[in-house]
Amino acid sequence: MSGATDEFEAVIGLEIHVQLSTETKMFCGCRLSFGDEPNVHTCPICLGHPGVLPVPNRRAIEYGLQIAAALECDVAPRSIFHRKNYFYPDNPKAYQISQFDIPLASNGHLGEVRIHRAHLEEDAAKMIHVGTSGRIQGSDTSLVDFNRAGTPLVEIVTEPDLTSGAQVREWGQLLRATVKQLGVSNVNMEEGSLRCDANVSIRPVGSSGLGTKTEMKNMNSFRYLERGVEAEIERQKQLVASGERVVQETLHFDPSSGELHSLRSKEESHDYRYMPEPDLVPLAPDTAMLDAAAASLPELPAARAERYHSELGIQEGAARLLSVETEWAAFFEDVLGSDESIEPRVAANWVTGEFAGELRRQGEQDPADSRVSPKSLGNLVSMVSANRVSHGSAKSVLERMVADGSDPEAIVREQGLEQISDTGELQRIVDAAIEGNAKVAEQVRGGNEKAIGALVGAVMKETRGRADGGEVTRLLRQSLGL
Amino acid sequence: MIERDQVLHVARLSRLKLSEEELASMQKDMSSILDHVDRLAEIDIEGIEPTSHVVPLENVLRDDVPRPSLDREVSLAQAPDAADGAFRVPSPQAEI
Ligand SMILES: [Zn+2]
Repeated sequence: MSGATDEFEAVIGLEIHVQLSTETKMFCGCRLSFGDEPNVHTCPICLGHPGVLPVPNRRAIEYGLQIAAALECDVAPRSIFHRKNYFYPDNPKAYQISQFDIPLASNGHLGEVRIHRAHLEEDAAKMIHVGTSGRIQGSDTSLVDFNRAGTPLVEIVTEPDLTSGAQVREWGQLLRATVKQLGVSNVNMEEGSLRCDANVSIRPVGSSGLGTKTEMKNMNSFRYLERGVEAEIERQKQLVASGERVVQETLHFDPSSGELHSLRSKEESHDYRYMPEPDLVPLAPDTAMLDAAAASLPELPAARAERYHSELGIQEGAARLLSVETEWAAFFEDVLGSDESIEPRVAANWVTGEFAGELRRQGEQDPADSRVSPKSLGNLVSMVSANRVSHGSAKSVLERMVADGSDPEAIVREQGLEQISDTGELQRIVDAAIEGNAKVAEQVRGGNEKAIGALVGAVMKETRGRADGGEVTRLLRQSLGL
Repeated sequence: MIERDQVLHVARLSRLKLSEEELASMQKDMSSILDHVDRLAEIDIEGIEPTSHVVPLENVLRDDVPRPSLDREVSLAQAPDAADGAFRVPSPQAEI
């Protein structure tokens, strides 16, 4: 990166759409579904027939209030719905019911990122573009599936508080974990139940103004979004460095090529002509609704990470890693609960390190689905802590546990992996090693302490790794008179 | 009088293609509608809360209970064109 481009910093804001996992749509009684035959969940309301009246789904409002509470937002005492007018086949009314100047919630935060607002709206239909080329461009007709039309959404808009692609990914994952923990959405980015757009601009370091921003649409994973945002920051820096200007546009990042493409560049500026929705009365959450939302909050990932760090002494990175996925947090806590002598920090390292790694290697994801129970992993960790098996042996035991669910005690017994804890036996092996490697022993005695490694190796070989390395070194040094 | 370009802009937002005569009469009609609505500006609304709804109701909500949807044949029959169980429309990418 050249010196000139380092003088700029990125300013990033996110817009996240969360599909709520209610039974029915936002304004009608059609079922929500994913992957059903097209247009089997439609009615005159979600098809936008004339003369119909929408009625908001109480549970969607409750879920919205739970999200507002989790993000520590102020809830508007009285918010109203607006019509956002636009003409497109995914929207039969030619307007989307959304919220405009008085959103459900505003002024919140999650971690270090401020939440500008969170409002309720309805999702659009799904377009299936068909044409000779099979691509969007050049197709002459489109098919429309209204199953998704009217699905309740909460749109969460952050302040432009993020500064890098990596931060976007980490924070996005925290938000997803938080909403998932609430149980109000499936938050599946591949299926579109959580969608994230990023607004990216750059400015000279230290300035407080905002540069022209571009919008990156709809990436289906936070990893891709991270890469797309990084690519866009770099592109903007290069533009400015070469004396050009950033143009406001919507971009798509292609993760396979790493390229950014402009979308709808000819599109005129948005002109949604918002107007109050006359078919819906104001929403005025009463104390009972607000209290219920507050009372429903489980321990959220950010609070859990803080507790793991401050109360259990787990290092911050591992604490965040464990907290962000409910399944992992639950597994970790069960490991701890299985044996109170286990050090939380040690258990955390095993769960996030060796165990998570071994699951991945064997193509598994969810610890809850693993053949390894928290109790048996706890058992293994205890054996290592008590020096009954070496770390190296424990890794091969774990591999077996993940593969076939065997009991760690049984594997250790069967394969004779228990460490030699009898000092007398170990001393005999140490003596034999010194005798069998007289030259090396002489070098060590003569002051070349590094050479002791060869003797340690000889002992480990003799014991097939069943000796504790530290103990072996101690005995060797003692025997050599060091 | 509303600008001709503004009429074209609104027509474009609504995907309407207007002939020259339609454009001229639309310009005239829209102007008189706007002038009429502008008369509201003469009313003193100092200290009056904006009204978004004329009926003093709040929180009219329904329970999250599924109700039967339409048979697909019925809903698709309302449309000018359908295919493969879906509504078929001219591609929105095509220029009008
Ligand atoms: Zn419906």
